[in-house]
Amino acid sequence: MMAEQIVSSGFDPNSVRKVVSVAAPQSIAWQVFTQQMGTWWPLAMYKIGKANAVDAIIEPRVGGRWYERGDDGSTCDWGRVLAWEPHARLVLSWDITADWQYDPSLNTEIEVRFVAEGDTRTRVELEHRKLDRYGERRDEMRTIFDKTGDWGQLLAAFAQMAATRAKKAG
Amino acid sequence: MINAERVLDALGDRTRRRIFVRLRNRACYAGDLARGMRVTRSAVSQHLQVLRTAGLVVVRAEGTRRLYRVDTRGVEALRRWLDGFWEETLSAFKEAAEDAASAAGAASRVRKS
Repeated sequence: MMAEQIVSSGFDPNSVRKVVSVAAPQSIAWQVFTQQMGTWWPLAMYKIGKANAVDAIIEPRVGGRWYERGDDGSTCDWGRVLAWEPHARLVLSWDITADWQYDPSLNTEIEVRFVAEGDTRTRVELEHRKLDRYGERRDEMRTIFDKTGDWGQLLAAFAQMAATRAKKAG
Repeated sequence: MINAERVLDALGDRTRRRIFVRLRNRACYAGDLARGMRVTRSAVSQHLQVLRTAGLVVVRAEGTRRLYRVDTRGVEALRRWLDGFWEETLSAFKEAAEDAASAAGAASRVRKS
């Protein structure tokens, strides 16, 4: 994982921000993100349908669906396209609840900006916001979305948490 | 998807961890799992139920017997909890975009030559 190139900035309990610098022109970065999502989205882990997910699709227009397609042909919605500004900006609604079920009334938002840094590099800024819509499960969900990839630190935190929980349960 | 908190709760118990570790090696019948443990068969059943709810084991009926095996979804949820959703997703995107860019660059170099 190339975690050192993804940085978080500032703390907002209702939003998660990530920035990644990509060695690709703005048009390619946009295209891969919006039209080839199924080739890179970790579908084995991040999907909600019962079937094995084989593709993730964003319909290229405002109001379009954002959904996964299973190997049995079934589809499961994730959200909607709220803003579609080719090569520069994309806003999606993320309507997956804390129990990983689709709920069109959830309406958390993901904004993705593609900022050209010369001809061959793009800074991709992602913000997942309106996490307050998760209500009392906001902090739990924010942790899932925001966590940095520092395994050592995380495993230490996990060990501590597991021990505390074990103590409580015992 | 499975809730990581539930996985942590389930594995926070020593007996359940032992059951899970046994199942990690091979699928087992409920009765065989109780053997060699200082807990009753019905306690093992209850632990298995907690592990099932957490997405750590799945069960299949074979006649009157129930065969348990590891369900990878719970483990995946734990990994997701540890890794961070957007970290992992954006890392995967970066790799794909850079592959596409170098493929496009190679194609244009071929066209120019």
